Amino acid sequence: MEPVISLSGVTAELGGRPVLRGVDLTVGPGEVVALLGPNGSGKSTSVRAAVSQIPLTGGELRLFGTPVRRFRAWQRLGYVPQRSTAAGGVPATVREVVAAGRLARRGLRPLGRADRAAVRDALDQVGLADRAGDPVDSLSGGQHQRVLIARALTTAPELLIMDEPLAGVDLASQRILADTLREQVERGVAVLVVLHELGPLEPLIDRAVVLSGGRVERVVEHSSELPADHACHPHDELDPSVVPPLQTGIL
Amino acid sequence: MLEVLDYPFMQRALQAALLIGIAAPAVGIYLVQRRQALMGDGIGHVALTGVALGFLLSANPVWMAVLVSVVGAVAMELVRSSGRARGDIALAMLFYGGMAGGVMIINLAPGGSTANLTTYLFGSVNTVSPSDITAIMILSAFVLLVSFGLRRQLFSVCQDEEFARVTGLPVRALNLLLAVTAAATVTVAMRVVGLLLVSALMVIPVVAAQQLTRGFATTLGLSVGFGVLVSLSGTVTSYYADVPPGATIVLIALGLFALIAAAAAPLSHRRARAAAAGAARESEVVAAP
Repeated sequence: MEPVISLSGVTAELGGRPVLRGVDLTVGPGEVVALLGPNGSGKSTSVRAAVSQIPLTGGELRLFGTPVRRFRAWQRLGYVPQRSTAAGGVPATVREVVAAGRLARRGLRPLGRADRAAVRDALDQVGLADRAGDPVDSLSGGQHQRVLIARALTTAPELLIMDEPLAGVDLASQRILADTLREQVERGVAVLVVLHELGPLEPLIDRAVVLSGGRVERVVEHSSELPADHACHPHDELDPSVVPPLQTGIL
Repeated sequence: MLEVLDYPFMQRALQAALLIGIAAPAVGIYLVQRRQALMGDGIGHVALTGVALGFLLSANPVWMAVLVSVVGAVAMELVRSSGRARGDIALAMLFYGGMAGGVMIINLAPGGSTANLTTYLFGSVNTVSPSDITAIMILSAFVLLVSFGLRRQLFSVCQDEEFARVTGLPVRALNLLLAVTAAATVTVAMRVVGLLLVSALMVIPVVAAQQLTRGFATTLGLSVGFGVLVSLSGTVTSYYADVPPGATIVLIALGLFALIAAAAAPLSHRRARAAAAGAARESEVVAAP
């Protein structure tokens, strides 16, 4: 099957300094791929290049088989940028922030009844339905991340691209995020996620791509062989009964 | 009936004040959301060059100010979005260039002096002409169409620009439209409030409203309500007390802000306690086996 995202020989620069030096990366439908690596290895730049937020200086990027230059079906993709907060300079309710995701379908038209239903559904999926009318700045760090994920889920995307969703989130909230993500994976959503440590997400990961110096250093295909030095040790404390079996069937 | 309504110049001033009271916070809310509260001031300074050019070329100063401030606002947006200069530095350059350009050009105009600029700098109720009212109505209609009609889109762009781009929104076009709308608002407001105080009416009603509100839509509605309240009451007060309208409007707005800040403090404490209790409840639920 056609990959949902493919980077081949991608190079990119930030402020004249080469950051990606020929990255090859492919995510198939329903696959969960983690991007790992030390600071400055090009993890975030890779995903920002993948959503066309950083211009490529070389190589090719395809989304759902279409060269990115001609790609217009942004509603097929849910993006969770690296943010510590979902709040802006003016108060906004959880519902208002999440509704912004629906503009991938609506464009410049106003939102309607179907959009409101999709927002309710997305909030349900991340377990924040009861907080819909609350201001986002009253939420905890983990809840902010769930708001950002709900915003990406409003279009029922086939691919989720997430940049460090676990950064600054305590372990309890990390487990809730892992549950949310597992539901998406069970629905067949493909995921490309930048992580500093695997943490509670480890059981979901099909493949880990380790970057170093703007290149792919190694690719680990099976969860049991995932690089231990990038794993989060607290996951050892997880109750094995709540950890689902590895979803290898999706491969 | 109020005596103030008997005079045609006051009727025009109040019409202008009403439209400004609605339009200024409706655009200002997006600038505050993007933490660019001072952008209106930058545009105001550039508009001064436009007013002076109007005198020099014997053209209508209001439309000339619209033209020049749109060019300035678009240039500022392009500098900001290209990331070539820091936003505050680009803004500073605009302040200096606009003010110096205005003073220089007005002195080049035949018989012109900085005295001609005074009513534009500080506003005046008795200088709003019938042709000004037409210009103000056209510009306010445009401003309101953009700021209410594209509310969701502008909210998304000002809340998280990168995410908005990935949803496929025409972010650059929306940013330019917002810059043009802000420029139109400044020129709408300059006749009554004055260029130096225009930005206050874009910012103070919004920050006053957001102390009481929880969401964006309610903040937008309440800040427009506050904008109308302070601009109308300020204009009427300036007539009776014979004081400049711009300064009166801004001082009333600041008074309203202080009043709400004092009244809302207990409310925000209560909300903070409720939020902390909510977060604690959630972590207990998560921690429970």
